[in-house]
Amino acid sequence: MILPIVRTAVIALRRDRAALALSFVLPVAFFSIFASIFGRSGGNSTPKIAVIVVDQDRSQASSDLLKALERDGSLEVRTAPPAKKNSKERPADYTSATAEAAVKAGDVPVALIVPSGFGAHPISFGNDSNAPQIEMLNDSSDPIAPQMVTGLLQKAAMTAMPAVMAEQGMKYTERYIGAFTAEQRKQMNANLEAMRQIEERNSTQEQGTSGFGGIVAVHARPVVGENKNNPMISFYAAGIGVMFLLFTASGSAGSLLDEAESGALDRVLSSRITMTGLLAGKLTFNTLLAFVQLTVMFLWGRAVFKLDFFNHIPGFVVMGLSTAFAVAAFGMLLASVCHTRAQLGALSTLLILVMSAVGGSMFPRYFMPQAMQKAGLWTINAWAIDGFTKVFWRDQPVSALWPQVAVLVASGAVLFVLARRLARRWEYA
Amino acid sequence: MTSLSAAALLIDPPAVSPLKVDSLVKRFGTVTAIEGISLELRPGECFGLLGPNGAGKSTLIRTIAGRVIPDAGRVAVFGSAAGSREARAALGWVPQDLALYPRLSAEENLRSFGRYNGIRGKALDDSVSWCLHWAALEDRAGHLTRTLSGGMKRRLNMAAGLICHPRLVLMDEPTVGVDPQSRNRIFEMIEALRAQGMTVIYTTHYMEEAERLCDRIAIVDHGRIVALGTAEELVRASFNSRSVVAIRFAGAGDGLTAWAGQHSGRLTGSAAQFTVEHPGDVGPLLDSAAQAGLEIADLALRKPNLESVFLHLTGKELRD
Repeated sequence: MILPIVRTAVIALRRDRAALALSFVLPVAFFSIFASIFGRSGGNSTPKIAVIVVDQDRSQASSDLLKALERDGSLEVRTAPPAKKNSKERPADYTSATAEAAVKAGDVPVALIVPSGFGAHPISFGNDSNAPQIEMLNDSSDPIAPQMVTGLLQKAAMTAMPAVMAEQGMKYTERYIGAFTAEQRKQMNANLEAMRQIEERNSTQEQGTSGFGGIVAVHARPVVGENKNNPMISFYAAGIGVMFLLFTASGSAGSLLDEAESGALDRVLSSRITMTGLLAGKLTFNTLLAFVQLTVMFLWGRAVFKLDFFNHIPGFVVMGLSTAFAVAAFGMLLASVCHTRAQLGALSTLLILVMSAVGGSMFPRYFMPQAMQKAGLWTINAWAIDGFTKVFWRDQPVSALWPQVAVLVASGAVLFVLARRLARRWEYA
Repeated sequence: MTSLSAAALLIDPPAVSPLKVDSLVKRFGTVTAIEGISLELRPGECFGLLGPNGAGKSTLIRTIAGRVIPDAGRVAVFGSAAGSREARAALGWVPQDLALYPRLSAEENLRSFGRYNGIRGKALDDSVSWCLHWAALEDRAGHLTRTLSGGMKRRLNMAAGLICHPRLVLMDEPTVGVDPQSRNRIFEMIEALRAQGMTVIYTTHYMEEAERLCDRIAIVDHGRIVALGTAEELVRASFNSRSVVAIRFAGAGDGLTAWAGQHSGRLTGSAAQFTVEHPGDVGPLLDSAAQAGLEIADLALRKPNLESVFLHLTGKELRD
C-alpha cells in the first residue's frame, strides 16, 4: 500500500515544476554562495575552547603552566577524559596518543603536549633548538581554536614580548649588580636583535608553523584534515543541505493539507488505505526526495568545490538516509500540527531558520557559546552536520556514525509517531 | 460500454440489504446534524436524500462511508459495520468536493484510486477503461485534471468513486456547480448504473433530480427524515388530489400574514401557497385577497411536486 502513495506523489511532484526547481536549484545556489563566501575563513567569536593538556614533564614549571591555563576563563582544560556514568574511578590521564585520538574524533579542537624536560628550559629566548617544544595537536577544520590557544598559552606563561622583557631585565641587572663587559653587551645585543627578528617573522607568518611562537616554544601539528583542500566545503554541503531538506520536507508534507482541503484525503481514507499507511507512504516518498536532494547537493560540491565525495559513499549513504528520514518525519509532524498551508509556511519558516541557526547550518557550532552549542543538540541540523563531518572531514568509518544515526533515526521515529497521533483529527469526525 | 466491462459491473441481487441505518444520531458540539435517522435500502434501487443545505445529508453519507463516527445508532453496509474493511470494499463514494489530484491526469487519478483500493494489473486497466468510457472522458484521459472543465471534473470525480466496482454507491450532490448539459450527461451516467442493478444513494437539493432518478426519496430537514416514499407517494400523502396555488403579492405585511393564515396558506416572504380541490376554487381565493386589499403580482396553478411537499412539510423553500 506504500508504493501507490509514492507513485502518486512522484507524479504530482513532477507536475509542480516550480517546487521541483526550488527543491534542487535553490539549495545548490545557497550552498554555492555560502561556500564561496565562507569557504576559506571562519568566524570571529571567542567561545570557551576545550583543550587537552598532557603533562609529560611533571615539573614545577609544567604544573604552574597547567594551573595558569586552568585559571584562564577562555579555556576549558581537560587532563583526563570525563568519568563514565556510575563510575567512581577517575579515568587515566590523557597520553599523547589518546589526546591525538580525541582531536581526531572531534572531542576537542586542540591538545597540548608538554614534553619531558620542559621544566629545565621553560622560557624560550631565541633559537634554542635543544629546548623542548610544547606540541600543539589541532583539527584544521577549526582555524580559530589553535590561534586562541597559542595566544593564551603565551599569556599563561608570561607575556608575548620576551625581547622587551629581557632588555628590561638586563637594565635592572646593570643597575643593581654592575655594568656588563663590552663582550657581554655585544653578545646580549646580538641575542636581542635575533629575538626581535624572530618576533617580527612570527608576526608575518601564519599561525600553526613550527618554531618560536612567543615566550614558550610551540610546535603546531594538524592531526585532522591536513590533506584536505578546504575544510568548510563539506560543512556547508551538510549544513545548507539539511536546512533546505527541512524546508522541502515540510512543503512536501503539506500535500496532506491540500488533500484534506480538497476532500481527496477523505476519499483515500475511505479506500483500503489507512491513515498509518498514508503517512508511511508520504514519509517514504519525502525521505527518498530528501536523500536525492542531498545527493545532488554533494555531487555539486564534488563537481565545483572538489569535495571528496566518491571516497565516502558508504558514510554518505548512511548519514544521508538517516538525515532524510529525520527531516521527512519533522515535515510530517509540522503538516499534522498545522491546519492550513499558510500556517505551515509560517511555522516551518520560523522553526527551520531557528533550528538551522542554532544547529550550525549557517555557521559552525564551535564558534558559538557553550550554551548555544548545547542547545544545538536539540536540532536535527547539529546531529546531521556532526555525522557528515565525521564522514567527510575526519574520515571516520561508518561504525563511528552510530551516535548520529541513532539520534536521527530515533528522533525521526518519535516525530512520526507524534505526527500519526495528531493526524487522528483527519481520520474521523 | 464494452460487453466485458458491462459484465464486470453487472450486480447480482444481494441476499442482505445493501444498507441499513438504525436510529442514527450525530452531534457536532451543540449542533445536531443527524437526529434519529433510520432507513433501509432495497437492492438495486436509487434512493434519494432530498433536503436543503445543512439538512444533514452529507453527514449521513459520510457516516455511511465510515468517515464520521455516530454518537448513537448503527449503520450496516451489506451486513457489515460502516468503516469496516468489508463495508469499505463494497462502497463507492462520490464526495461533494472534487476529491481529485489536480496535477495528475484523468487516467492517473483513476489509476491511483484504483491502486488505493487494491486493484492491480489487467483488472486495473479494465476498470480505468470502463470508468473513462462511462464518464465520456476517453479523449481526455491524458489531460491534467486541473485543466478539465467543471463538468468533466465532476464526471471524473464520479468515475473515481466507481473505480473499485462497488455494490453500493454514495453520490453526494454530484451535479453541484455544473451546467444543464453536463447535468444531463451525469443523469445518463447514473441511469446506466441503475440499468446494471447497482444500488445508489443520491443526495440533492434539486427536486427535479430526485424525481427523475430516484425510486424512493427521503425528505431530510434538521437531521430528520420528515417523509419517505416514492415521489408520487410523497405528493399524495401531502396533497392527495389537490392542486397548488402559488401567489406572489406586491408587498408583505401583517395583513398578508393574517389573510394567508385564514385560508390555511403557507407564507414565505411575499409568496403564499394554498391547496385547492378544484381549479374553480381559485376565484373565491382571489376575491378574498382583493377584499383584504392585497395586490397580486403573480399567480400559478399547478400540480404539486416535491418542492411543494417540502414546503408543505417544513414551511420553507427547498433551497433555503
